[in-house]
Amino acid sequence: MPLDVVLRGIFSALFAASVLRISTPVILPALGGLISDLAGSINIALEGTMLVSAFTGVVVSAYTQSVWLGLLAGILAGVALSALLAFFHLSMNTNIILAGIALNIMATGGTIFLLYILTGDKGNSSSLASGAVPVINIPLLKDIPFFGTVLSGHSIFTYLAFLLTWLVSVFLYKTRLGVHLRAVGENPEAAASLGINVKKVRAIALLLSGFLASLGGLNLSMAYLNIFQRDMTSGRGFIALAAIYLGGRKPLGTLIAAIIFGLADALGNQLGSLKIPSQLVQMIPYVATIVALVVYALRTQAQVRERMHKFQQREAEIAAKASGD
Amino acid sequence: MAALIEMREIVKIYPNGVVANDGVNFSVDRGEIHALVGENGAGKSTLMKILYGMERPTGGEILLDGQPVHFHSSNDAIAAGVGMVHQNFMLVPSFTVAENIVLGQEPLRNGLLDQAEALRVTRELSQQYGLRVEPEAVVDSINVGMRQRVEILKTLYRGAQVLILDEPTAVLTPQETQELFAAVRKLVDQGKTVIFITHKLREVKEISNRVTVMRSGKVMGVVQTEDATRESLARMMVGRDVFLQVNKPPVTRGKKVLEVHNLSYVSETGRTMLHNVSFNVYGGEVLGIAGVEGNGQTELAETLSGLRPAATGTASVNGKAILNTNPRTVRLSGVAHIPEDRLTNGLALTASIDENLIVDRYFRPPFHRGLFIDYKVVEKQSADLIQEYGIRTPNGKLPVKSLSGGNMQKVIVAREFTSDPALLIAAQPTRGIDVGATEFVRDQLVKQRTDGKAVLLISADLSEVMSLSDRIIVMYEGEITGVFPDAASVSEEELGLYMLGIKRQTKEEMEAVL
Repeated sequence: MPLDVVLRGIFSALFAASVLRISTPVILPALGGLISDLAGSINIALEGTMLVSAFTGVVVSAYTQSVWLGLLAGILAGVALSALLAFFHLSMNTNIILAGIALNIMATGGTIFLLYILTGDKGNSSSLASGAVPVINIPLLKDIPFFGTVLSGHSIFTYLAFLLTWLVSVFLYKTRLGVHLRAVGENPEAAASLGINVKKVRAIALLLSGFLASLGGLNLSMAYLNIFQRDMTSGRGFIALAAIYLGGRKPLGTLIAAIIFGLADALGNQLGSLKIPSQLVQMIPYVATIVALVVYALRTQAQVRERMHKFQQREAEIAAKASGD
Repeated sequence: MAALIEMREIVKIYPNGVVANDGVNFSVDRGEIHALVGENGAGKSTLMKILYGMERPTGGEILLDGQPVHFHSSNDAIAAGVGMVHQNFMLVPSFTVAENIVLGQEPLRNGLLDQAEALRVTRELSQQYGLRVEPEAVVDSINVGMRQRVEILKTLYRGAQVLILDEPTAVLTPQETQELFAAVRKLVDQGKTVIFITHKLREVKEISNRVTVMRSGKVMGVVQTEDATRESLARMMVGRDVFLQVNKPPVTRGKKVLEVHNLSYVSETGRTMLHNVSFNVYGGEVLGIAGVEGNGQTELAETLSGLRPAATGTASVNGKAILNTNPRTVRLSGVAHIPEDRLTNGLALTASIDENLIVDRYFRPPFHRGLFIDYKVVEKQSADLIQEYGIRTPNGKLPVKSLSGGNMQKVIVAREFTSDPALLIAAQPTRGIDVGATEFVRDQLVKQRTDGKAVLLISADLSEVMSLSDRIIVMYEGEITGVFPDAASVSEEELGLYMLGIKRQTKEEMEAVL
């Protein structure tokens, strides 16, 4: 396909809409990760949680023929996995990183294993008639040119992602539990000395992160695609962790960082139609993550050097003035 | 008069078998200021943690107003009107003063936090008790004195009738200490009761009505303050006579060892932490740096020891430049460093005592031969140093973290003093260690100086700076604001004025004496 067609594709309403759609499964787990990270218990298992929820949603919706039961089961599975992480970390005092890695590996292998048992296929769930979450066409808005295409016709998850960014923000900064959560993350001893139950707050934070990650997973298998594929999260849970730090550990910043990753991903999809090896194109979101983190680190370092340089200049000027007098 | 608080036969045995409290009886009357004194490890903190519900006693009972109480957590103690101000402040740095004060019991409106109410309550409490704070300032940006007032307000907000202050003056200047004492007296005037944990006996004399002295988990005595002297209290605390004065033989000043010129340091956040600092340290002298913590002393020690880059300036040891190199180069140039934070910078906690004693020399003969470390030599050195420095441990194989704070510091002191330095940088060398270990470390510092080494002493403990130093420099907001060529002839109050930035010498005045 010629380049100008690709470029036209990029500067279109459909492309903008696809960015939102692709960002959604990063925004949701990133918000979850943000909550647990601010509570001081970083949830490395976002990836595995998404995978387990995506799988459970598909299977349950297929067997019950109910989308809603599928969603509910997917959420419960994700929250249960986080509860397991909370149990290992908070009750058994294991290292949360190691426990998280273990859960991720278990989720990868476990979903493939169960998929094979249920369908005889190790690759995907195409033989199951699983449910799909319908898209929402917003009345009136959908008829406005450009904006209608960009903003209307997404799945409930995309709208939820934006609504939840705001809700998480209110939760963290305006509610008692949110303040306790941030206090626990920053100075657990101080929080404990005021009678705040540190473990309980962290457990709640991990469960919330599991809930949000499960929405991200369900979004993948019941809206973005309508089947489960092995490893279908393909690193989104980890990109979500990167988005948290890139976003300065704030809800809005995390949202923006997640959308930037979505943009990189969508760009990759567009460029896929050029004569570039697809493996190279598929690398774009991950390379973008690394580049973004490097740029972030370099910028921080440059700021430090800049300040030092300014200080030296100022000193030199003062010294020059003094000797001129 | 019946006691407000009565702790009877309190026993606390930790799971590892340490007996922290061994049948302690402790009682406090309503409206008194009761000092609780003792060396580190005497069991004061444990006793107070039990009273505050943070620890459960193994045995014994607590009576509040004559009624037995059982605290299962700090919440229970807070509900019963007992509040505690911890030694290491329990504040959330990124929260504002008001947010910290109401944390845990935030006022709500429509289910969401009511910031306006939090600010109002903070202002009201602040006025009522004369504890000056800025309600909207972020805790990270306020000074130590104000942080402490925030801590006290926190307990008052929770309705504390009894306030436990754990070594509250450890980080304060003399003036701030006076301000704190005034506030404590005001609290008592308004009907509160204060328990004051300290090991500064002069403060005990100044502020308290009664004193309980503890040693190795037991109460050694309860006395009316007016009947006690500093010497009698010290004897009760340590169990022998203590020499509160440092014996410092006169020494003639040697040659210039450390020369610092226009040293500046800018922090990662862009704050100028050191600004054009210049001074020299000579062989055979202790140069003391006085100042409220956070006025650049940490940065000074760390730029000189190679842990931080300097923005401008030069520094040399015996003519050899040391700035902006690295710690090993600095050490090989003849600098030893007792770091302020011994748990992070001074020791590798999980490594053994043997290993910690060679971290600055393992790469040199005789410790290193061929490709490997010669552990026979290492163990021999270690055994000698454990003996010589009185490190209390069964052997050198144990991890350093199994030692008490005082013994940890002895490990550092043993290593640093035996590296044969030309310059010794000692930052907060006796912080948090008991009277016996403090006496030892101070004696060793003076001995190094008497042997002709240059010693740069940085300490927040003003009496330590005054008793050990030959010359004193005061630092305020990253600058040298006062130079006192004769440490013996300056008063604590005078230094305090410089430490608070109320007085400062002119450049000419300082150059005249430097």
